[in-house]
Amino acid sequence: MAKSNTARLTRADAERAVKTKPQPAPAELDRLIHERVRLAIVSALAVRESLTFNELKALLKASDGNLSVHARKLEDAEYITCVKSFEARVPKTEYRLTALGRRALERYLDHMEALIRATRAR
Amino acid sequence: MSSPQPLRDRALDNLQFIRSAMERAGSFTAVPGWGMVVVGCTALAATWLGLRQARAADWLAVWLGEAVLAVVVGGAALVQKARAANDPLLSGPARRFGLSFLPPLLVGALLTIALYRAQLFALMPGAWLLLYGTAVATAGAFSVRVVPLMGACFMVLGAAALFTPFRGWPWFMAAGFGGLNIVFGLVIARRYGG
Repeated sequence: MAKSNTARLTRADAERAVKTKPQPAPAELDRLIHERVRLAIVSALAVRESLTFNELKALLKASDGNLSVHARKLEDAEYITCVKSFEARVPKTEYRLTALGRRALERYLDHMEALIRATRAR
Repeated sequence: MSSPQPLRDRALDNLQFIRSAMERAGSFTAVPGWGMVVVGCTALAATWLGLRQARAADWLAVWLGEAVLAVVVGGAALVQKARAANDPLLSGPARRFGLSFLPPLLVGALLTIALYRAQLFALMPGAWLLLYGTAVATAGAFSVRVVPLMGACFMVLGAAALFTPFRGWPWFMAAGFGGLNIVFGLVIARRYGG
């Protein structure tokens, strides 16, 4: 079986990027994952080691084009990695959450919880 | 500028959205490995006890007792593992696991009544193994990868039991409900936290 992997970004690269990439200040909302499709992609990948393009498409009920565009934005931000391969000669695209992406989701959750606490206090 | 209440509602809505996305993507991991090992051991005991029964109806009574015991032990182990992992039993993956697991078992219960009334005891082991395997394989789609494999093994064993002469079927019960439960239970317990 012919098999070729073309990873755009390895996990080690992404983990190194956590230390070097500037991240939003705690008070800032991360606009990148605030968008619903991207938030769903990051949330789903947070509980699964990896998800294929088709699995994400079924989960999110998104079109191919829509999912591709949003996944590409998350890849560009190094929040997720994309590995393309062939399985029984069928192309397979697999996504994983990077350490940077996990950190971004945690910050987003913290931000939402802080908002709830702040508005409750008023 | 937004007033505090809509801001709070939106934040709550976002958290709910994240939780829902995680639930839909997540898998049910509270399959109780150690519970399965115990059930496997009681199934081996039931096989031994069943072999000592002179009448087929008594053999059936032994296995019905074993089924009740398995439900109690397996259910308690599942609840305990789910609680320890803070895994809600009514969440998306757990609910889907349960909804896929139960129908083949209900069919199995109905078939057992029908086969008993027709006095077709020899068909019971094959039907039980096949339907339990179907339940495990379909529910396993919402769980860790080893669970559907276990279901497939039960189904292969069940298919073989259906076409095996009368004297051979106690050993299929021992191999399936005893052996497969113990082997896969140990794998799940070691790899997936109990």
